[in-house]
Amino acid sequence: MEADSRSQAAKLDDDDAIAGLMAGDAGLTELFVRQHIGWMLAVASRVVRDVHHAEDAVQNAFSKVFKNIGSFNRQSALKTWMHRIVVNECLMLMRKVERAETVPIDDLLPVFDGNGCRIEDAWAIMETPESLILKSDIRERVSEKIDLLPDNYRIILVLRDIEELTTQEVAELLDISEANVKVRLHRARAALKRLLEPLVRGQGI
Amino acid sequence: MTETKPRLMRRIHGMMFKLPLMITCEDFEDFILAYLEDELNARQKFVFEMHLKLCRECREYLAAYRISLELAKQSGKADPDALPAEVPEDLVAAVMAARDC
Repeated sequence: MEADSRSQAAKLDDDDAIAGLMAGDAGLTELFVRQHIGWMLAVASRVVRDVHHAEDAVQNAFSKVFKNIGSFNRQSALKTWMHRIVVNECLMLMRKVERAETVPIDDLLPVFDGNGCRIEDAWAIMETPESLILKSDIRERVSEKIDLLPDNYRIILVLRDIEELTTQEVAELLDISEANVKVRLHRARAALKRLLEPLVRGQGI
Repeated sequence: MTETKPRLMRRIHGMMFKLPLMITCEDFEDFILAYLEDELNARQKFVFEMHLKLCRECREYLAAYRISLELAKQSGKADPDALPAEVPEDLVAAVMAARDC
């Protein structure tokens, strides 16, 4: 691995990256930053939903990585460890940030009658995820709907279903029980289903 | 689009779901997450799937729930047609500068 290469194609493996960071090698460190900054910013943007806060979270995360690289225990890939750090920095930042408008979760949960029977409109058309995902700007439109979920629910859906953390990891990060994570995840999914209904019914949103 | 079931049919459904091995839609709702994560035992799974066979509302609800979940998952993945994002030079510089402090 050439330490002086600035090519984006050049990739440091974990060993080279750790050695470079521990030695304080500026060239390797910059290569390392360039290699990881893109996905870290993408993760942070999904969690905090604000460009400036996402950048702050990434910058804070890199500081933590530089500071704590010596204690990285290699029980996971370096990227996995860094993913947890950036998510954690996002969560810390979000405690200070007021977010834009959301829809109360109760308005989006399933409805049952007095007999416990579900009230659900009949579906004339149901699109498939495969056909929907081919539509242009679909990711953006889905992300906009996810944004409408209250943070307590949105964060759990983002961490579990998009960032693919385990229930246990989410419970630890948010300092809540695993049972609570599951309840909120299900409600978040149910609420999102309601928000995406027009799209899935082929009506557009 | 709305096609709410006639009241009598709903009452019959409500009574049927009280029979042995039957659950109401509300109970069904509580099992969805565990079902999708394959955490139900054999008996629970049987009961869940039995309800699914008998209940049009829950069948359609679950189908839409799965589609919505899949869309959420896909929304976080990069669009294969999108151009690769450029490295944010300002942020790289800021990260490197902070390191030098």
